Amino acid sequence: MKSSSRLERILRAGHFAVTSECGPPRGADPEAIRKKGELLKGVVDAVNVTDCQTAVVRMSSLASCLILKEMGFEPILQMVTRDRNRIAIQSDILGAAALGINNILCLTGDHQRAGDHPQAKNVFDLDSIQLIAAVKTMRDEGKFINGEELTVRPRLFIGAAANPFADPFEIRALRLAKKVAAGADFIQTQCIYNLERFREWMRQVVDMGLHEKVYILAGVTPLKSVGMARYMKNMVPGMDVPDEIIARLKGVPKEKQASEGIKIAIETIEQLKEIEGVRGVHIMAIEWEEKVREIAEGAGLLPRPQVQ
Amino acid sequence: MVVAEQKPLEEILEMIKPYDRLILAGCKGCVAVCAAGGEKEVRFLASAIRTARKVEGKEVEIKEVTLERQCDPEYVEQLRTFIGDYQAVLSIACGVGVQFLAEHYPQIPALPGVNTTFVGGAEKQGVWVERCQCCGNCVLHLTGGICPITRCSKSLLNGPCGGSSGGKCEIDPEVPCGWQLIIDRLKELGELERRYLEILPPKDWSSSRDGGPRKVIREDLVK
Amino acid sequence: MHLIKAFEEGMDGVYVAGCLEGECHFLVGNLQAKKRVQYVREVLKSIGINPERLRMYNLSAAMGGRFAEIAREMTEHIRQLGPNPVKTGRGREV
Repeated sequence: MKSSSRLERILRAGHFAVTSECGPPRGADPEAIRKKGELLKGVVDAVNVTDCQTAVVRMSSLASCLILKEMGFEPILQMVTRDRNRIAIQSDILGAAALGINNILCLTGDHQRAGDHPQAKNVFDLDSIQLIAAVKTMRDEGKFINGEELTVRPRLFIGAAANPFADPFEIRALRLAKKVAAGADFIQTQCIYNLERFREWMRQVVDMGLHEKVYILAGVTPLKSVGMARYMKNMVPGMDVPDEIIARLKGVPKEKQASEGIKIAIETIEQLKEIEGVRGVHIMAIEWEEKVREIAEGAGLLPRPQVQ
Repeated sequence: MVVAEQKPLEEILEMIKPYDRLILAGCKGCVAVCAAGGEKEVRFLASAIRTARKVEGKEVEIKEVTLERQCDPEYVEQLRTFIGDYQAVLSIACGVGVQFLAEHYPQIPALPGVNTTFVGGAEKQGVWVERCQCCGNCVLHLTGGICPITRCSKSLLNGPCGGSSGGKCEIDPEVPCGWQLIIDRLKELGELERRYLEILPPKDWSSSRDGGPRKVIREDLVK
Repeated sequence: MHLIKAFEEGMDGVYVAGCLEGECHFLVGNLQAKKRVQYVREVLKSIGINPERLRMYNLSAAMGGRFAEIAREMTEHIRQLGPNPVKTGRGREV
């Protein structure tokens, strides 16, 4: 075991893992996180907390992770490199580990131009791959980025993101290889609607033997409406929503679209379970957290296994 | 070269409001090439300022001067004989020019008439694009001659990020994804496998602006 | 340059005559001129002079009648706008 993470234990034991995510509030309100947590009790093995996603200011991921930990959850700290330099990053890694947080998802982060403070300076002192390498060095060698020794090593299970649908397609598997080489232990992918393209990516990943070096959790996001599907298709970079999905949602009356979206999510998970190399699912239902239980249940993922 | 853009006329007029005798100093260097501060621009701007003042029923005396370069003491000194007769100098050279004027003539307010934007070159006539962030430690040989610091909006050394879409950057569909360009070039050069899988370590930013104001010295040229 | 100078010296109006679009002897000289006229109109606006005092017309060298028509039109138009504020010095007109 590289960490004390329940997620790591579940994956090592060979179970199909379930993770989800919580977005913190735009205020100093711990109750907002607790409420979201309540919806996920018994549904997930671990839960991500986003880090100022889309470059919009929200309560810090680290603080939110601690609140969830106190509720009995296994939090995954998401950390972006947009806002912090290597000094702050290494400091937060030590802090997270000291607070008993066992998982970290290393991300680059959306550019601040997309967010609510586009005038901010951007940092990007490190990129996501250098961040993965930094955590690994701190954990496995007990050294800071500058080579100096630290005292107590942060024992973190290291995660990274992968987007099989971003451009350029031909290097997406190579990019995963790079993240694995840097030290990623687990991967959460961007949400999947185009199963064919995902299968193609997984074939390349399996060909390179990467599925044996890293645990891959496939991302699933339920669609609330045909409007949301169209928005994701046209306005979100690196997202592939096939026309068949749009057509399917359009084909049902407006009040039935949400439940159709849940159905699609469940069907997607059923198919993902069968793909070689997929070791779990990461359900992202932003601002719709109450549906995660229904989806997990519908896909036969509950109850969650207990591991020691 | 340094690329600059003239400030909006309203801003310039506001800046020179307190003065009725000023020097308008252009430069035959970079700003002339990007049509922001050369001799032609000096003449036009001077006329525009005089016209604006006349509309207000006021006068202004503008001495139009275009120096060879404003980033060289030898040329900046050429104003010495007459600058004392004026209240301010409006420079339409880059930020370096304005500062050199201020340093040489500390008694005379030096005003910036252009916004200095970036280091770049001409894509075609009338269009200038940024190409260099002056990081002080060039790695163009590792990325097929395309700068990851400048062309990638996030300055990634191990890009691309997941936001690249159709070869364009997530910040703007007009902006090409820097890493898409790098990957395409590495492919053309037959270097993709070799270069791409190498993990580039965290950059030493101390040679860039982050390390503080910089200086370059050629000892063999110093008198 | 000539355009802004004309207004500085108190001209009440200026019109630029260029070839019909698509028939320029220098291929696109008339289109470039149009862009420059547009640029100066914006400068005039910043200064507080009505940009309508500067206009561009397209016609061919053979269209004598149209030329006269434009001259009459422009004269009437400028007469309505009144004198260039540079001469009165009483502040912005736009």
